[in-house]
Amino acid sequence: MIFSESYHRFIDELKKNTGQDPNQCYQCAKCSAGCPVVAAMDLLPHQVIRYLQLGLLGELEESRTPWICASCFTCAARCPRDLDLARLMEGVRLAVLRLREGNRLSPADLELTPEQLEKLPAQALVSSFRKYAK
Amino acid sequence: MPRIGVFICWCGTNIAGTVEIEQVVNAARSFPGVVYAGDYRYLCSEVGQKLIKDTIKKENLERVVVGTCSPRMHEVTFRKAVAEAGLNPYLLEVANLREHCSWVHKDPAEATPKAIALVRAAVSKASLDEPLTALMLDVEKRALVIGGGIAGIQAALDIADSGYTVDLVEKEPSIGGRMAQLEKTFPTLDCAACILTPKMVEVAQHPNINLLTYSEVEAVSGFVGQFDVRIRSRARSIDPSKCTGCGICYEKCPAKVPSEFDMELGKRKVIYVPFPQAVPNIPVIDRENCLYFKRGRCRICEKECPAEAIDFEQQDEIIERRYGVILVATGFDSMDLTGYGEYGYGQHPDVLSALQFERLFNASGPTAGQVVRLSNGRPPQRVVFIQCVGSRDIARGQNYCSKICCMFTSKQAILLKEKLPETEAYIFYIDLRTAGKGYEEFQRRAAEEYGVIYLRGSVGKVFPEGERLLVRGVDSLSGRPLEIEADLVVLAAASVPRRDAPELARLMSINSDRYNFFDEAHPKLRPVETHTAGIFIAGACQAPKDIPEAVAQAGAAAAKAVTLLSKEKLQSEACVAKVDPARCSGCLHCEAVCPYGAIAATETEERVRGELLTRTVAEVNPALCQGCGCCTMTCRSGSVTLQGYTDEQMLAEVDALCLQR
Amino acid sequence: MHYRYFPGCTLKTQAKEMEDTALAAASALGIELQELPEWQCCGAVFPLSDDELITLLSPVRTLAAAGGEPLVSLCAACHHVLKRAQEVIKRNPDTREKVTDFLEVDYAGEGRVLHFLEVLRDDLGFDRLKEQVSHPLAGRKIAAYYGCLLLRPAKEMQFDDPENPTIMEDLLRSLGAEVVSTAYRTECCGAYLSVTEEKVATATAEKIVHSARRAGAEALITACPLCRYNLENIGGPALPVYYFSELLAEALGVAALKEVARG
Repeated sequence: MIFSESYHRFIDELKKNTGQDPNQCYQCAKCSAGCPVVAAMDLLPHQVIRYLQLGLLGELEESRTPWICASCFTCAARCPRDLDLARLMEGVRLAVLRLREGNRLSPADLELTPEQLEKLPAQALVSSFRKYAK
Repeated sequence: MPRIGVFICWCGTNIAGTVEIEQVVNAARSFPGVVYAGDYRYLCSEVGQKLIKDTIKKENLERVVVGTCSPRMHEVTFRKAVAEAGLNPYLLEVANLREHCSWVHKDPAEATPKAIALVRAAVSKASLDEPLTALMLDVEKRALVIGGGIAGIQAALDIADSGYTVDLVEKEPSIGGRMAQLEKTFPTLDCAACILTPKMVEVAQHPNINLLTYSEVEAVSGFVGQFDVRIRSRARSIDPSKCTGCGICYEKCPAKVPSEFDMELGKRKVIYVPFPQAVPNIPVIDRENCLYFKRGRCRICEKECPAEAIDFEQQDEIIERRYGVILVATGFDSMDLTGYGEYGYGQHPDVLSALQFERLFNASGPTAGQVVRLSNGRPPQRVVFIQCVGSRDIARGQNYCSKICCMFTSKQAILLKEKLPETEAYIFYIDLRTAGKGYEEFQRRAAEEYGVIYLRGSVGKVFPEGERLLVRGVDSLSGRPLEIEADLVVLAAASVPRRDAPELARLMSINSDRYNFFDEAHPKLRPVETHTAGIFIAGACQAPKDIPEAVAQAGAAAAKAVTLLSKEKLQSEACVAKVDPARCSGCLHCEAVCPYGAIAATETEERVRGELLTRTVAEVNPALCQGCGCCTMTCRSGSVTLQGYTDEQMLAEVDALCLQR
Repeated sequence: MHYRYFPGCTLKTQAKEMEDTALAAASALGIELQELPEWQCCGAVFPLSDDELITLLSPVRTLAAAGGEPLVSLCAACHHVLKRAQEVIKRNPDTREKVTDFLEVDYAGEGRVLHFLEVLRDDLGFDRLKEQVSHPLAGRKIAAYYGCLLLRPAKEMQFDDPENPTIMEDLLRSLGAEVVSTAYRTECCGAYLSVTEEKVATATAEKIVHSARRAGAEALITACPLCRYNLENIGGPALPVYYFSELLAEALGVAALKEVARG
């Protein structure tokens, strides 16, 4: 657990930008229970909040979970603590993207056949680049 | 200028730690009228009180100011001390140097001048104090208990056993309340009916208890010792003096509606008793659904009744009666779960609230005691219980923990295992709260002896898939998402106040919290009293609680009620409002705002230019007035004064506070 | 009934049939949808971090361009972004000032932002729609698929009950179809994960389609091109997926006309 000055800076920034306070969470795990893509995650959604509470930021940076989250807002719709985890996930994604000064997705990464690319709705590509690159 | 004595209390370090006592005492000596100023470490101690009494005599004091804790704590103490020294007790003023000063400041440089100002204000007010006298009022030796659940029953029995007459008012056709709906009780697994029905019978037979079922309180006025209450006893459409309780009427009644007692799972007849052990065992006709009352035809019950007890013409009865005390025990409701669409409650017949599930175990319940799926009538092979549905939920439910769900869920899982040992039981919980005698052991038995599987986590959604319910959740301890194919899903719905609790609180002028639970007068020291003298609370109407707690609270409230009833006279409030008829214009706005009905119009005679004229003015009944002061603020001509808090006194305090240092 | 209309990128490319059928149906129903001039992409995803102002510019420009008139979209994602951007402008004066200053527009959150389904339900009314149905979808077993973006967050979208919505089923009933209830109708389809995590998207979409098939559905309807893409790209036996507007036009008898006209 690292409650260093940089942790507090990070959390303050996260709270400000997302309007969400991870300490509001009491770990009922309802977010994980309803998450439609939880099977592909290495950290469960409620664990992401727990890691934020404990200051395990390095582990979060390495986690696949924020990049699996599809912003479907199911977690936020049912959270008994009225937390919007979708926003917290976005905050973590942005922090990682900004920290690393690199994108997680570039056009060269796309493993799509030309046929797929033709069928794939424009909104999917725009969304992906918006979520995975800055 | 009267001779004023000032006494400053250190309250150990509570006041002296922040306020420079010596400076305050020195300053007080210079205030107009002050002939004595002193201090003591604990003024509330016997030694401290003696200091006040002795000084009053020695210095011939006419007014006393104490700088101490809040008047809510010790005003009574010091008034008594002053009275014992021969002064009128209302010639005492309290400057709150603790809650209003030392506790809210850290810096003595800030606290000390503020303490001086507060004492100066109190001295200014004291110099205008007048002796006041309280009235001695009669106490009506009769109690009203509202609500016939286990708390109301217990309270009524305790008061009645003390020799006072009790009217027990219950809205439903029978007493018994929520407890009557339960099959077994935790942690002993006593049969609920077996321990409740003897008490119900005792109520019915008790010579001091007057049972008014199917009745509601409509209006309350008056004050402690003399509450005037109007009760509507709804027409049962049955003559109780003739009815033998044989039950032929409801056997023959052709109309059925969902049973409230069975939480809408089963049906009841339109003429009915809610359950077999009902007290009184006299049916009622539900006029809203009765074919005769709706369409003018049927009257089968009347034809079949061998006692000729059916009376379609019966009218509601209005009972107006005076009570010395009122005890409120209106209980709780199970929260409406329609806002939790993800569980499919109300959408799928196999998703039940815990209270509904409880009814399945009962021999007289909707399934005659068979635990089956309502979708197909077959016993479930797997049951999933979900806790905290609506509790601890600031988004869609109640912020609080409902306290009883951890235990009743474990109980239901055990009952299930006893009835259907092969059936699997899963309980999703967030935290297990088992504080109570034998509770933790009970929960461990469920897990260890009965093999109930406890899953720490939540359920995201229940998906009806084919014949079964796919419960998707997570076990947060293992970090594993789970999918459980269940036959029944049972939701531990939050306990909430009765829907009509706000209305009742308004009728009785008692306070409620943000959830509409009735407020106690003090969370620790006055747990069964309300802020309205003479009105007491017990049971789940105050906050969610289990049976032993409700019963204990009922006993405590009954003891408080009996304490009042045992008094010959009660002292009324001395600081009451008074109208100056010479200035009163007779607009009677004060009458409209008075919450206690203490103001009425009266005629006054005055001589104008030699002519005797009669005029309408307001008059305060000092027995009814509680000194709230609403009338004084409403009065346009400033002709109503609250004695002990006159405008002159208030302004003198303000002037003193505003004086430059 | 006159509305400003925001099509969005996908409706001009991969989801032309949604626009074609919706416009045909709208005109048959007397609903005038006037396309905004020089519109641009809504941004596809709503910015969830309050320091992301650049990505608010586009939807706010669109909202301002509607000039306070009701603004209708067909694509669930576009509607989601526009509706929530409007909420930000309404609720956050600081953001409003920054964004509108930058855009040099005067916009304070006025005008209704509607999905076309809401127009049908609230402005036209499903009862009136039913009267206009000339080719009822009798005997067709259809399941509605809502996905995420129309429903959540319910406080902002104000679209329907987020767990048990009824608007699409009500539409289907008014078109004469037999509604098949499916448990997964509000679950996420996998969204844009199909670009980076195809297997994840496929797995979620499969659950939805297979559950609908088990429930007896012969087809699904959706209001989102990406949902449709994901629901169609699954392993195992698939179901036909239609835009709601396709069945609407068919029931109104305007789809056939359009095909003839095109042919």
